[in-house]
Amino acid sequence: MGMTITEKILADHAGKKEVVAGELIMAKVDLCLANDVTAPIAIKEFEKTGLNKVFDNERIALVPDHFTPNKDINSAEQAKLLRDFARKYNIKHYFEVGEMGVEHALLPEKGIVLPGDLVIGADSHTCTYGALGAFATGVGSSDIAACYMTGEAWFKVPESMKFVIKGKKRPFVYGKDIILYIIGRIGVDGALYRAMEFTGEAIKDLSMDSRFSITNMAIEAGGKNGIIPADEVTISYVKERATRDFKIYQSDKDAKYVFEMEIDLKDVEPQVAFPHLPENTRPVSMAGNVTIDQVVIGSCTNGRMEDMRVAAKILKGRKVAPYVRLIIIPATQQIYRDCIKEGLTEIFLDAGAAVSTPTCGPCLGGHMGILAKGERAIATTNRNFVGRMGHPESEVYLSNPAVAAASAVLGRIGSPEELGIKGE
Amino acid sequence: MILNGRAFKYGDDINTDLIIPARYLNTSDPKELAKHCMEDEDPDFPKKVKEGDFIVAGKNFGCGSSREHAPISIKASGVSAVIAKSFARIFYRNAFNMGLLILECNEADEIKTGDELLVDTDKGEILNKTQGKTYKIMPVPEFMVELLKAGGLIEFMKKRSTNK
Ligand code: SF4
Repeated sequence: MGMTITEKILADHAGKKEVVAGELIMAKVDLCLANDVTAPIAIKEFEKTGLNKVFDNERIALVPDHFTPNKDINSAEQAKLLRDFARKYNIKHYFEVGEMGVEHALLPEKGIVLPGDLVIGADSHTCTYGALGAFATGVGSSDIAACYMTGEAWFKVPESMKFVIKGKKRPFVYGKDIILYIIGRIGVDGALYRAMEFTGEAIKDLSMDSRFSITNMAIEAGGKNGIIPADEVTISYVKERATRDFKIYQSDKDAKYVFEMEIDLKDVEPQVAFPHLPENTRPVSMAGNVTIDQVVIGSCTNGRMEDMRVAAKILKGRKVAPYVRLIIIPATQQIYRDCIKEGLTEIFLDAGAAVSTPTCGPCLGGHMGILAKGERAIATTNRNFVGRMGHPESEVYLSNPAVAAASAVLGRIGSPEELGIKGE
Repeated sequence: MILNGRAFKYGDDINTDLIIPARYLNTSDPKELAKHCMEDEDPDFPKKVKEGDFIVAGKNFGCGSSREHAPISIKASGVSAVIAKSFARIFYRNAFNMGLLILECNEADEIKTGDELLVDTDKGEILNKTQGKTYKIMPVPEFMVELLKAGGLIEFMKKRSTNK
């Protein structure tokens, strides 16, 4: 019986020839990640064990990105726990403010996560790294503390679902629209406990940045992991960044899938997810007249260079609508720097945007753009749950950066085409 | 294990932002977190819940983020178990890793807020004393029982690392 890419990576890391869906395994972890919200619990748990050594100081990543630069005293205390721990155990991948970025944009950019890796992170969007052909999944802080002890984690091998993507993209369609479209069809628990594998001829036309947006939101369908087998695009992305060896895995032809779906890109328009679930998707042309108070372009879903370029293309020579706040947050220092170099920052500032240093900030309703009661935002983030960006009676709509930027100019949800901009 | 308490009933897809809103994540103190448990879904919950009560919900309970603050806040509010039709996977994992009992029950929809429940995990049954009905619960997987018995994942791994 053949195995899927997910099964192969898990089997290799568990020291087994073969695993089957449903099996419980203990596996070796290549990298374990935590942030300023989840690491404090893991660190306290680890300290309680009385051990004075972590399993490997080069396989732990600590990224204080959620409430940083520290938004208040409590978050400063949390960030300090990470810093002290990093110092004490000489943690190689600790990123201080000034180097840090949104974790799931930062680690691939630095070549710290690679194809074939098994990665756990105390953050649900750890599934993002699946775009590199790695098995990556979100866990809790206890799992991270346990991993600090032994370098292992337990898993139930997931069943796999296959999403075959074909056809040619329509204008202003990106990875974000493909994943929103899929979630709209299968629902927020459509992939519960399962692996979502994305294949098909259209994948090769997708940039790494677009692929990261797809696997990033696997969790929004309840998935355990999202995975895109590595191809030339992946290899050229990791080649110049990798600091250690990596391994490319592919699914066998006779591997078992519990579900298959074909997506023809000719059917996929830019999507908007309405409150309060990512599955409430509509094509932007059917959004109706939804006025907005705030626009956020950033996050681990869409704060990468492709997203910044797309936003700049729409905003160039235009102004944000009166009484609308546009907040743009490049996801890493590198992206922030490239925005300046390529002149994008100037375009953003001219349009009337606030451009921030990298942080999760408003994505989780942390800081840097919280909504008041009754306010509405369109954001390139990944969750539109009740109260996600602020007041429980505020609303969040999700879209790609082109739609978000166009909406900032229009003052309501709309597409770049309404501004007379042609897609490539 | 026999558990006795009242039900607090919620719907489908109760996400981690409803269980504990991100605005309170700048602390990991269980008591602080318990003060805000479920408040965006049910502002009265933190005041009304008593030691031993149950949270009952529909499908996909705990979807969203990986924050362990969610099961921590539930456990610290005194809830003895969460009963739902299904659980989101990270929540499921976190709950067992930290010793919060969660039970899958296909008939969870029939339970109403205020119902008095008697849960017998050995028999795999819930008796709804208010409605005079019994429901089946899914057996808890062996590995999860081991985790609960060890007192959570950390203790489990401690034993594992010294046995090696
Ligand atoms: S950007 Fe948002 S979704 Fe991504 S890690 Fe930060 S808070 Fe989580």
